[in-house]
Amino acid sequence: MELFDNHKKLFTTATLLFLLLTLFVAILPAINNQQRNRPLPNAKILTEAEMKGKAIYISNGCVACHTQQVRNVDMDKIWGSRPSIAADYAAIHRTDIWRNTATLMGTERTGPDLTDIGTRQPGKEWNLVHLFNPRIVVKESIMPAYPWLFTIKSEPSDSDVVVNVPAAYLKNKEGKLVATKEALYLLAYLQSLKQTKLPEGNPIPEFLYKKAVKQADNNQAQEPELDGKALYTASCQSCHQENGEGLPGAFPALKGSPVVMSDNLELYVDIIMNGYDARPEFGIMSPIGTNLEWTEKEVAAIINYERTSWGNNGKKVSPDEIKKIMDLLKLKTAAQ
Amino acid sequence: MNESTMSNPGIIITIILLLLPILLGIVIMILKVMGTIRQAKDHQQLEDADKLAEYLGNLSKEELEEQLVKRKAALDFQLSHQELSGKMPAEDEKGLLHINQPPGLPIVAAKKKALPRPNIDPKLSKLIIWYFLSATAWLLFGTTIGEYLGIKFVAPDADHVSWLSFGRLRPVHTNAVFWGWASLGMLGLGYYIIPRVSNTKLANLNYGWYTLGLINFAVLIGSICLMAGINNGGGEYREYIWPVMLLFAIGIALTLINFIETIARRTTKEIYISNWYIVASIIFAIIITIVAYVPSWQNGLGETIIQGYYMHQGVGMWFMLFTLGIVYYILPQQLNKPIYSYSLGILAFWTQILFYTLIGTHHFVFSSIPWWLQTVAIVGSAGMVIPVIAGTTNFILTFKGAWYKISDSYTLPFFLVGILFYFTGSLQGTAEAFRSANLIWHFTDFTVAHSHLTMYGIICFFLWAGIYAILPRLTGKEAPQITIGAHFWLALIGLLFYTIPLMYGSTLKGLLWMDNKPFIEGVVLMAPYWLWRAIGGSLMWLSHLFFAYNVYKMVSTRKEVDIQETAIRKLTEPVTPIQTIA
Repeated sequence: MELFDNHKKLFTTATLLFLLLTLFVAILPAINNQQRNRPLPNAKILTEAEMKGKAIYISNGCVACHTQQVRNVDMDKIWGSRPSIAADYAAIHRTDIWRNTATLMGTERTGPDLTDIGTRQPGKEWNLVHLFNPRIVVKESIMPAYPWLFTIKSEPSDSDVVVNVPAAYLKNKEGKLVATKEALYLLAYLQSLKQTKLPEGNPIPEFLYKKAVKQADNNQAQEPELDGKALYTASCQSCHQENGEGLPGAFPALKGSPVVMSDNLELYVDIIMNGYDARPEFGIMSPIGTNLEWTEKEVAAIINYERTSWGNNGKKVSPDEIKKIMDLLKLKTAAQ
Repeated sequence: MNESTMSNPGIIITIILLLLPILLGIVIMILKVMGTIRQAKDHQQLEDADKLAEYLGNLSKEELEEQLVKRKAALDFQLSHQELSGKMPAEDEKGLLHINQPPGLPIVAAKKKALPRPNIDPKLSKLIIWYFLSATAWLLFGTTIGEYLGIKFVAPDADHVSWLSFGRLRPVHTNAVFWGWASLGMLGLGYYIIPRVSNTKLANLNYGWYTLGLINFAVLIGSICLMAGINNGGGEYREYIWPVMLLFAIGIALTLINFIETIARRTTKEIYISNWYIVASIIFAIIITIVAYVPSWQNGLGETIIQGYYMHQGVGMWFMLFTLGIVYYILPQQLNKPIYSYSLGILAFWTQILFYTLIGTHHFVFSSIPWWLQTVAIVGSAGMVIPVIAGTTNFILTFKGAWYKISDSYTLPFFLVGILFYFTGSLQGTAEAFRSANLIWHFTDFTVAHSHLTMYGIICFFLWAGIYAILPRLTGKEAPQITIGAHFWLALIGLLFYTIPLMYGSTLKGLLWMDNKPFIEGVVLMAPYWLWRAIGGSLMWLSHLFFAYNVYKMVSTRKEVDIQETAIRKLTEPVTPIQTIA
């Protein structure tokens, strides 16, 4: 055939076919996407410190293990309150003359998704300890340690951010571990990663492939209690630890804790829902319950788990009891 | 002892360590028992000797002599060895016999030798050899890094150096094996194939050297940049910043000009199908790189859409297409028969372009890029069945009637493994793209297993086959068969150890995620499978050491003494005065 024996015609045809397809599946959809999508009106723009933190995130290749996309499938709902949409990425432009746009969506989840980590795990102390060596707080973790974001000072000044880590991790060096500027930038970036709420009236995209709900259970009188241990593992364990003993100098123990064991449920529920910063020797606890939009069911399940584990034997509570306290707390915060 | 403790790496290592002294103990015990048995036997034989002496002492001298003479004659009897052949000397008048087996016991079965091709321009040979040497160096570098990364999954605190941290080293590994090893290996083979099937000389030797230099430089600078924390923003295989990738693009553009000019001068009428694949792949690689690095369409999700397109076209249009071109030439050449069907090759060529170009965004199924684009990618992935089956069928049927050649060739097994993985690896990619399968496997280590099944199982095995076939033709030297065998088996077994546990474990992890279990449980679950991956990776890495040794043996200029050649040279040498005196 003429076409096949003429190298100019053959290679031009192949090139044109490839270019045409490229245009339709890559270039045009990409241009269309960047022109049509705008950031959400209430989306926060990264501050200078957060931008610097993002640069550190990029240069250390964190995207190799951490995605930043909540897919519209049911299993991803633990990573955010709604699936990510194109508008979430619309504000991201070219980094600088040398570097391309970094949406950091990622293709592998060796570590957790970080789309909403600023809501889920904003604690400064926890994040710094975790960055210095993840295995201090999560012993099964295989994340790299980032000790080069910290220095050791014998006499830290007042402006220095001192990080309390077990002595064994300092390899017998004298002095206090201090977070460098870079560590604090990275912390700021991680804390800034929060899903923006969709404006009122916009339909929230659905999570697909929902698990089939067991019909039999629904028809019977009561819903089964949620799995308190799983909730604790997912949301509490990284600070308070699997054995409930916390981490001295950073996170308090729940084993034998007066708050957990006392009859004053109001303080207990208040801490879970709205956070706590009453004891200077420990880090600040973030309002984890409010951030994750827990209902009385989750709170009751966690309280019951904590009251019956590690040798604790407190009284079990019912979701109805908790609901009353939560309503009361809501009134109080509204009044303030 | 439950399952989780049994699969703890520390415990496994401890058990192996404990087994060593136990084994040693067993060996020593066996030796002792054997010694005791021997002593008992000696004792028995001493008694028998006494009895014999007594019997001999009772015989008369004549009697004894007669018996001995008779016995000696019987023992000395021998055939003349000419009972069947007669007494005429043997002669091979038609030259049917070739005996070139070296003396001594054969440890490996002797395979066919590569045929020398004396009419290759020595300057071109030198260029191609340097491509292979560079490729081998990057293979060693890239997979040493890869091996270390695999170890980090088991021992995350192996080091605390920023330049060696996981996130920085991962792209160093992938880019070095992509742009350094596989690309240079392919181009080296391309420089052999293009002029050969065009039946003409290469248009411009210098361009070949420029390409080699530019690509080597790009990978070197790129690796240093990545380790220093300078990268393009996190898109896979797009981690080199544009000035680095520009060097690579200029490099392959020079080679493209070179190849097209060579083909333009061809003395054959038709353009052999290899050259379609090879030249098209270079054109496409340049287009892909430009599309990936031009900033005009990269804001927001534009970046993601381009990323999906780029990463998959890089694999499918650059590596796969080029390598297929290599197979279309070297496989028939090694089988010494034409490719089964030229038309199937043409069908595979056009359908590969049509379907492969569409499938990029299947890396972002369920993400926020348009749903229709994801569907197009999934449909394209299903369409890939056509070129894959066409290609596999074509290669397998080329083997028809020549299967026996596998057992006496050391290149054909590499081809066969490559073809096998071309089929399974590619179709696995199709299966992964379906939404229901994607649900389980996306974001898990399954993707890593898949990319090794394909980039390693297909591309690397084909490249090795090609290098083992071509390099001896250039240098006239072959690698020892035993080390080629070691390379083959270690690479194959290593790859299986690497991928199968990883695929199994990641399936369990995906199911666990779908069950909404806490994330850390997935990490704990994967620990034993990561250990197996590190073990498989070590075997693969070891096989590369053998490969590097083989390349060294094939190019080393140190000559071994050839008995026949030396003998003839001695005869033809002018007789020196010293010899006359002697």
